[in-house]
Amino acid sequence: MSAPTLTSTRPDPSAPGAALTQRRSRPGDLAFRLAMQACLVVAFGVLTGLLTWVLIKGWNRLDSRLWTEMPTGLTSRLDGAGVQSALVGTLWIISLVAVICLPIGILSAIYLEEYADNTRWYNRLLELNIQNLAGVPSIIFGILGLGIIARALGFGFTITTAAIVLSLLVLPVVIIATREAIRAVPQSIRQASYALGATKWQTVSRQVLPSAVPGIATGSILALSRAIGEAAPLIVLGAVTFITFNPNGLDSAYTALPIQIFTFITRPQAEFTELAAGAIVLLLAIVLAMNSIAIFVRNRFEKRW
Amino acid sequence: MHPDREAYLVNRNVLSRRVLAGVALAALALTGCGSDTDGDTAGSGEALSGEVKVDGSSTVAPLSEAAASFYGEEAGQPGVNVSVGTSGTGGGFEKFCKGETDISDASRPIKDEEKAACEAAGIQYKELIVANDALTVVVNKENTWADCLTVDQLKKIWEPNSKVASWNQVDPSFPNEPLELFGAGTDSGTFDYFTDEINGEEGASRTDYTASENDNVTVQGVAGTKGGLGYFGFTYFEENADKLKALKVDGGEGCVEPSLETAQSNAYKPLSRPLFIYVSDSGAKKPQVADFVTFYIESIDDIVKEAKFVPLTEEQKSTLKSEFDALKASI
Repeated sequence: MSAPTLTSTRPDPSAPGAALTQRRSRPGDLAFRLAMQACLVVAFGVLTGLLTWVLIKGWNRLDSRLWTEMPTGLTSRLDGAGVQSALVGTLWIISLVAVICLPIGILSAIYLEEYADNTRWYNRLLELNIQNLAGVPSIIFGILGLGIIARALGFGFTITTAAIVLSLLVLPVVIIATREAIRAVPQSIRQASYALGATKWQTVSRQVLPSAVPGIATGSILALSRAIGEAAPLIVLGAVTFITFNPNGLDSAYTALPIQIFTFITRPQAEFTELAAGAIVLLLAIVLAMNSIAIFVRNRFEKRW
Repeated sequence: MHPDREAYLVNRNVLSRRVLAGVALAALALTGCGSDTDGDTAGSGEALSGEVKVDGSSTVAPLSEAAASFYGEEAGQPGVNVSVGTSGTGGGFEKFCKGETDISDASRPIKDEEKAACEAAGIQYKELIVANDALTVVVNKENTWADCLTVDQLKKIWEPNSKVASWNQVDPSFPNEPLELFGAGTDSGTFDYFTDEINGEEGASRTDYTASENDNVTVQGVAGTKGGLGYFGFTYFEENADKLKALKVDGGEGCVEPSLETAQSNAYKPLSRPLFIYVSDSGAKKPQVADFVTFYIESIDDIVKEAKFVPLTEEQKSTLKSEFDALKASI
């Protein structure tokens, strides 16, 4: 059964019936290849189109004004306006998310992968929950954050609330990525470590974790990039839309780049749209930079067994 | 004498001299203040600090943002941080009546249930009219047939379950051009106001139209559809007058064009409307909020001009001043 299939995939003109099989599979082959190329063209074309459009729109605003100047409410002075408060707000939020989310996420993953007994119902429930949380729409996290973190726990409409909610939002992503990275470390490494008399914690901290760092770092950075672009939960969480000072503490009011872009494009004056386009390019540049770091880390530190 | 004791005496001397100087300075400052208290509470030189939280209508937000920008530049209070949110009129009142904001922007008066919520939370407030607006009904530039619509015709178009689908159903003299509707999202005060004035009941509207909180969507929709019709604040029409045509509205006394003058004089009936800010008593008790509101009201002309809104009439301005004085007296 397997022999004819093998020969038919190999271009062997001497084999009986080979020419026939090839001719028969050719239209399907071609159609599939064309479909794939069409998909690529659509995806790439849309992306290029969007980028070009944003670049053209925001070209006049792509200079240092963007990050050195604050937004203004004065239509006569829009020329000197920028998005500094939103940029600094975004950097604050993302740093806080990293501080809150990465330790919890990585430690949870280590527990689930190395310590948890997967035959126990509560561990399986935990796993199921994490998988499900990864698929919950971000606005739901926003509403939850508004009710519990901002109001019930009294964190208010502060930058801390935003960071906590975004941390919860990307936590499943960090946990799943970290677990994948830990799982990719071969069992033989652990066994060798135990054979040399190492304890469980010594094995995890000195063998498994260092080997898993590239995967963990990549997953974490990609999770943070996702948090950077989130606007929906922040709108619910009372991110303000106009602020001319940078966050000055954990209980500060704040805005973020996606929010600022979102409000700029609803304004009637054309200058706001231009400024929004500039801010979009800035946000894209940040996300691109973070993803490049992720790729660099992965390529530089990746281990092969 | 023990050296420590000597140092102590010297220090005490210095200390008492410092105290004296301080008292003298304070006295000077006090007399200084006394001499220029007349009307100059904004930027009185006393360094204030803290946050001023404004939230609410996205229609009114540009006005509060202009006020905040001016305040930051001219009031000489770098320690005061003003932030403006745009949760919508309803969303703004929800926060306002929980005591989470100091000032609420509103494009319609506070509703009874919102009043009740404020009362339940013990939040007292003052309503101030800060600008005017003309809700403008716009159509496509290529629309040559319609120039003026009566309120009844608008109601026929927008009332709940309306089946009007083409222009000749609005008026038999209009061509058989499909009618495409664009309008405000249900969270906005603009929607509440329009439905109240046109359909006679707040929130009552047909639902098969393109609703958006983003008025630029309405601009693009109407500009791109020959039979399009939409409505939004006057500023959006002014900024897009080259792409759109504003309809006159007949409120029973003939067709009136929306403009600065007709909005001010309320001749553009029934769609000219006042825009409000609500200041809570607890907010006004904070010196930085009081200072900001004082500045807002004293510079209202410049602010309205910068934000490109319809200014207040002289009468409205004097009402605003007296209302604000009443607010200051009550705290």
